[in-house]
Amino acid sequence: MATPQAREEALLTVRKVTLRFGGLTSLSEVDLSLYRGEIRSVIGPNGAGKTSLFNCLTGVYTPQEGTIEFITADGTPTQLVSGPPRRRRSRKPHVVNRAGIARTFQNIRLFAALSAFENVKIAAETRQRTGPIGAMLRLPHARANERRSDARTRELLDFVGLRQVADELASSLPYGVQRRLEIARALATDPALLLLDEPAAGTNPTEKRQLEGLIRRINTDLGVTVLLIEHDMKLVMSVADRVTVLNFGRVIAEGRPEEVQRDPVVVEAYLGSTEEKP
Amino acid sequence: MTVGELPLAVRRPRRIDPRWLRLGGWLVLGALLCVMTSTEEGTPSDHWLVVRTALGSTKLIGWLLAGAIVWALLEVWRARGLGTVVSGRTAGVRGRWHEITGGRRAHWLFLGIAAVAAIVIPQFLSEFYQRVLVDQVAVFVLLAVGLNVVVGWAGLLDLGYVAFFAIGAYTAGYFTRALPVKPPFHLNPFVILPVAVVVCLVAGLLLGAPTLRLRGDYLAIVTLGFHEIVQLFLVNKNNWTGGNQGAFGIPHFSINIFGIHYQWTLASLPYWYLFIAMLAVLVFLFDRLEHSKVGRSWTAIREDEVAAAANGVPTVKYKLMAFAIGASTSGLSGVLYASRIGYINPASFPVVLSITVLSYVIFGGMGSLVGVIVGAALLTFLPAVFQEQNIVRQEDIPMWIGAILVVMMIFRSQGLIPSRRRRRELGLAAQGVSDADAMSETPEGRA
Amino acid sequence: MCLTQHFWQFLVPGITLGSLYALIAIGYTLVYGVLQLINFAHSEVFMTGGFAGLFITQALVTAGLTPHGADSVLYTVTGLVGGAVFGAVVAFLLERVAYRPLRRRNAPRLVYLITAIGASLFLSNLAGKLFGRDRTNIPELYANDVVFTLFGAQVRVQQLVIIGTALAMMLLLDTVVNRSKLGAGIRAVAQDAQTASLMGVNINRVISQTFVIGGLLGGAAGFLFGSYLNVHYQMGFLPGIKAFAAAVLGGIGNIRGAMLGGLLLGIVESVSQSCMSSQWIDVVAFVVLILVLMFRPTGILGQRLGRAA
Repeated sequence: MATPQAREEALLTVRKVTLRFGGLTSLSEVDLSLYRGEIRSVIGPNGAGKTSLFNCLTGVYTPQEGTIEFITADGTPTQLVSGPPRRRRSRKPHVVNRAGIARTFQNIRLFAALSAFENVKIAAETRQRTGPIGAMLRLPHARANERRSDARTRELLDFVGLRQVADELASSLPYGVQRRLEIARALATDPALLLLDEPAAGTNPTEKRQLEGLIRRINTDLGVTVLLIEHDMKLVMSVADRVTVLNFGRVIAEGRPEEVQRDPVVVEAYLGSTEEKP
Repeated sequence: MTVGELPLAVRRPRRIDPRWLRLGGWLVLGALLCVMTSTEEGTPSDHWLVVRTALGSTKLIGWLLAGAIVWALLEVWRARGLGTVVSGRTAGVRGRWHEITGGRRAHWLFLGIAAVAAIVIPQFLSEFYQRVLVDQVAVFVLLAVGLNVVVGWAGLLDLGYVAFFAIGAYTAGYFTRALPVKPPFHLNPFVILPVAVVVCLVAGLLLGAPTLRLRGDYLAIVTLGFHEIVQLFLVNKNNWTGGNQGAFGIPHFSINIFGIHYQWTLASLPYWYLFIAMLAVLVFLFDRLEHSKVGRSWTAIREDEVAAAANGVPTVKYKLMAFAIGASTSGLSGVLYASRIGYINPASFPVVLSITVLSYVIFGGMGSLVGVIVGAALLTFLPAVFQEQNIVRQEDIPMWIGAILVVMMIFRSQGLIPSRRRRRELGLAAQGVSDADAMSETPEGRA
Repeated sequence: MCLTQHFWQFLVPGITLGSLYALIAIGYTLVYGVLQLINFAHSEVFMTGGFAGLFITQALVTAGLTPHGADSVLYTVTGLVGGAVFGAVVAFLLERVAYRPLRRRNAPRLVYLITAIGASLFLSNLAGKLFGRDRTNIPELYANDVVFTLFGAQVRVQQLVIIGTALAMMLLLDTVVNRSKLGAGIRAVAQDAQTASLMGVNINRVISQTFVIGGLLGGAAGFLFGSYLNVHYQMGFLPGIKAFAAAVLGGIGNIRGAMLGGLLLGIVESVSQSCMSSQWIDVVAFVVLILVLMFRPTGILGQRLGRAA
């Protein structure tokens, strides 16, 4: 099992994040430190606030309290949420993405009417500087960018093993393949941190094994830090360096997979609910 | 409601056979068409003139009979399950057809044929139809091609599109000294083209920036309001715009450089060539735009705004870009129009005209350049023919446009010649996958 | 300050106009609440009410004679009910013929909006063709005397009739939506259509009912507006947009918000007449709309039909 290299270097620091919807508290004083290069898994029963956490990180929701700090590629710490209490703002989702955080969605959100290739390409070219004029006149830099994103797209489709379905419509692909395509699309934005929201949901055992390998390769070959929400405990136990457990919007445990698995608080949380047990 | 307290017998009213209901519907539709096709119009002293004459004439019988026949045919069709049989039989053919017409090569072939036809055919038309071609077809095809960027590609609903057309036209009026308010210098219409493009670009950005951050459907109402404000401004700001009279004597285009001297005149054909040259340039540029990063980003936003933003697409920026490109195309057409006609007034740019142009885009097939061109050409040329033949009153054209929009949306929302992507999107949306416009919630929600 | 100078003169007309905006705005807000659709054709429901009221009262009143006493009341009520009923019929047909097929296909919102605009264009111009394109006055149904003066401003019978009727209808609607089973259905669908249908709410019926309620109020407003000014095939356009602005101002989807927004907009619009020439009045509503959208897109009372309806 890969031990986290450079253990001390935090990539993402979440401090006391609280998120409320009207009277409902979805996250309450959540702390989370993510180290560069690790694979971290967030587990917890349904409704524990896992996806809400992702949405706070990516600027979909603005938490009412707490801070989120991310170290961008050039080493500068960036606050993802800022502002005084009543007028707090999250960074816009596309800004978060450009800072180096990419994500997938629990209920796959591909561009359904586009091909697999186009899906990845759109993400691969978002940071290029081609504007409308360059595109209309096909200026040299626009063409060079186009070639670069084509090459990058092919590379990533190869990486996730989808080269042969490049021209198929995203919506026509089987579920497990769509999951991998969504990961490829997220990787195309060159993230330092990849957030995977239940990538194994709805996949069969073979696909799960492939996914396990893929997550490891993303981590080791591409050097991307991974934050993984997953219900499949086998996958979590085998792939994660460390596990954080959420329940009712609070962090109730954190540690190495085998430690967490034995933690009585965690067992209680899972047995207390009717969800699958760890 | 007190349904629960009623006795059982009453709770279940005898249902009328849906077939008879459908017959009723067709008969009503026949009567409606009978009234709609009447060439008369009600008057304040006799509000029921049209209804009385139309429904009292023998024409009504014909329309009712037609309605009944359509109904009967459809019932037979339905009963025999002919619909599925026919669609099964023709699936292959239709597939081939889509393959042929949807391909890039067909696209260019079509444009080539259209270009040749556009150059040759007008030579043989009468002066009346040449004028229709320039003043109606060419102007509105240009407008539609620009609106297609906004509606078809970015999936935004712009109901103030013609306001930018007016701004372009008045810009031309201003710089050619036709307006009461005089410019510091006088410009040739050709030089005004880029100026108007910039003016409308800026106006589009100013209007779009605050509104495009919000839900997409608010844009529709804000642009509608914007058009109304522009109208009020043109009408009321007499000392600048000339009020209701507008501006006269806007000069024609002329070329006067590099030893080439050419002066456009009242004759229609030279203008026609100027317009289609402009159109060719636009189509060429927009086609490239569609198949570039920009076009793909628009598609991404249309299909799933949240996913697009999460993958680094700055959604507001791209929507604004589409909006501004549309606005400047509209402004460009405005200059051409003003110079061609020679006079402009607020009545040339009514609010309904924005909706009319929208209907051309929808009818042809939003998102498809070929479709939009064909749609706009058909819907401008045919009414002119009908009017010339005294079949339809000019005032009734908006009514028909409205009817076409509704019927088109119900039965063929992808339009006459749809773009491939659009057709797929609408198909997928019907199955509950994906989306096909940029009207859902913005990606950043608030907790 | 120009605002205070003629404030009272403009206040009562403002409230009159505002209560009409409020009635129309409720139609927008109800439909937006359950379908998330700007029903552009609602302005034509309003116009229908105007024409229905016109034809009914023309048939009732002998030309040139202003009725009085019980006749006045009877004719006014008949015109009002007629306008409301025809408005409701058009709204119902609109939903049945134009929107329901789209809903079955799960059409994107752009398609809905275009249909709505098409229907609006069609209906207004059909009316223009059928009934002529000139402005027509609804015959006088009562002597429009000055009832009392308020800080030097005259208040007339007609203004009181309009304000009173509008307020009564709004109170009734508020009770219906909050107290009745019908209202519960509407609120349920507005909150979460899918869950509502799982709980046994017949969504199609609720949507039809919503259109009918909106149509009743819109049609009645059309009659009142027609008797206040005149009837015209395009009479719906501007009040329609303004009422929508009012709905957004109050918080789209929120019924009380629409009432409040309508009244506010009417007053602001009317009072600002003392600051600018009346040709520019129509700009006020749009400026208000754009300002609200920029600074408080959820409106004064906030969105959601379900919660605070």
